[in-house]
Amino acid sequence: MESLYAITTGVLTACGLYLTLRGRTFPVVVGLTLLSYAVNLFLFSMGGLTTDGAAIVDGAGDYADPLPQALVLTAIVIGFAMTAFVVILAMRARSEVGNDHVDGRSHDDEERSR
Amino acid sequence: MMHLIVLPIVLPLVVGILLLYRRQGGTRLKRLAGVGSTALLVLVGIALVGQAASGEVTYYALGDWQPPFGIVLVLDRLSALMVLLTAVLALGAVVFACDGDDERGSNFHGLFQWQLMGINGAFLTGDLFNLFVFFEVLLLASYALLLHGGGKARIQAGVHYVVLNLAGSALFLIAVGVLYGATGTLNMADMAARLAELPAERAGLVTAGGLMLLVVFGLKAAMLPLYFWLPRTYAAAPAPVAALFAIMTKVGVYAILRVYSLIFGEAAGPLANLEQAWVWWLSLATLVAAGVGVLAARDLRLLVAYLVLVSVGTLLAGIGMGSPRAVSALLYYLIHTTLITGGLFLLAELIGQQRGKAGTRLVRGRPLQQGGWLAGLFFLGAVSVAGLPPLSGAIGKALLLAAAEGGQRPWLWPTLLLTGLCSLVALSRAGSTLFWRSQGEPSGEALTWRKWFGVTWLLAASPLLVILAGPVSDYTEATAAQLADPQRVIDALLPTAGDAP
Repeated sequence: MESLYAITTGVLTACGLYLTLRGRTFPVVVGLTLLSYAVNLFLFSMGGLTTDGAAIVDGAGDYADPLPQALVLTAIVIGFAMTAFVVILAMRARSEVGNDHVDGRSHDDEERSR
Repeated sequence: MMHLIVLPIVLPLVVGILLLYRRQGGTRLKRLAGVGSTALLVLVGIALVGQAASGEVTYYALGDWQPPFGIVLVLDRLSALMVLLTAVLALGAVVFACDGDDERGSNFHGLFQWQLMGINGAFLTGDLFNLFVFFEVLLLASYALLLHGGGKARIQAGVHYVVLNLAGSALFLIAVGVLYGATGTLNMADMAARLAELPAERAGLVTAGGLMLLVVFGLKAAMLPLYFWLPRTYAAAPAPVAALFAIMTKVGVYAILRVYSLIFGEAAGPLANLEQAWVWWLSLATLVAAGVGVLAARDLRLLVAYLVLVSVGTLLAGIGMGSPRAVSALLYYLIHTTLITGGLFLLAELIGQQRGKAGTRLVRGRPLQQGGWLAGLFFLGAVSVAGLPPLSGAIGKALLLAAAEGGQRPWLWPTLLLTGLCSLVALSRAGSTLFWRSQGEPSGEALTWRKWFGVTWLLAASPLLVILAGPVSDYTEATAAQLADPQRVIDALLPTAGDAP
């Protein structure tokens, strides 16, 4: 399970990083979303992965570390808010600047600089 | 009195929420609430400094969950100083904004209060994850404030700023996760205590986490390879917001100072002073880049944004030297530079308003309506920020130069002094263009007392810091001594350290 988990997190991070480095706002937003999913998974695993562990400490037997779960909850809430904000910002930039390039350059400029 | 520590966070939070009920209309009421709350924060800041000045480290356990398990707010000399500094800066900015800037978009005062809440929280928290949360609070408020009033330039700068900071937040979470996984705690004092007896095989993990944190804080503080977002963002922001942003880079500097002096202090064994070499060389490079930027700026607001960068380089050099004497000098310089660069952002707006179409661009324009007064204030600010005697910039730089030891001198002295020269050349060129190269009839309206108050309130800090140089530097020296002794914080927070499970 550990290796599958690690590979999933790694692939998500790599995809997120690649998309964040793109030049258009839509891939960048998707990239940031993937990156935040990867981070949430990573945080979740930091307390050690347990199977069949109780989620609440009841003093008896095996339990999962509750702290990473609390952290992930907070991080998810903040991540959602930020994604919502960046989506609106990208749409606003599209309408104000007239194109969806991150630098606000039009398509023609890009052709010319090539 | 014991709830005083939590007040700098709760007060702006409650006022911000109350302001939401009056989002439409009621300008007078909103302004009263915003200014009143900020003025109260100044008083709370003074009280906190008074409480911290005894040298005792006090903490506030939220919900009475004792550390290391609960969330704590820690008050020592450094955090008290930063809270007071934020409140003083914010008061100038908010009074300035009351002159019409706050009506260009919705809910300016509420967002302003939440930004203050985030900044104060970041200064007071004693917990790495809460540092992240308060960073997010202050960033989310700052995104909205940056876009306040809208416009093409702000949106473009905003996209870069928001995307970069979101990537930074992701990295921050990874770093926090790594450190939690390696040490099993998030409380900074507890983490410092556990690092002292860290098993050798985990040292690599902690090093990675610690250096990732440095990248995050470097992004906030605008350290060299991570500063490219700053000039455009600050130049595009509305003036009162740009003035408040003067403290934002200092949040990064504060976080570096706090985390690396407490967690990676002398007691951390092989991990001690992990960041020092990096910060030292990058700070010098930042200074050089900022000096070039100052000379190249063709707009007064951009020029001031690069001056912020100069101050960041100077402050980080103080951290890179790594002696209590240097830390004391950098704290004095931090008070000076925050208030003066904030004041200069406001002043640039005033100058731009009176020059009609030319705005803040450094080109020939119409003469200013109230040129004499503005020129006088600009002269005061320029002399102070460039570091010429007799104002506070000179004292701050002299203290820093004196703190350099042995091999650090040949690097710091020429870099710092030459950057000062660059600022001086750029500022005198800007001043002569703005006030002397003019033609036509003066245009623009007379400025109201609120704007004058905002600017003079902040710029007056410079002569005041000279007059009170003795007491202020006594305080910063004691602060540096307190920072150099992290054991005191650990003992205050974890009375049972050692025999805890």
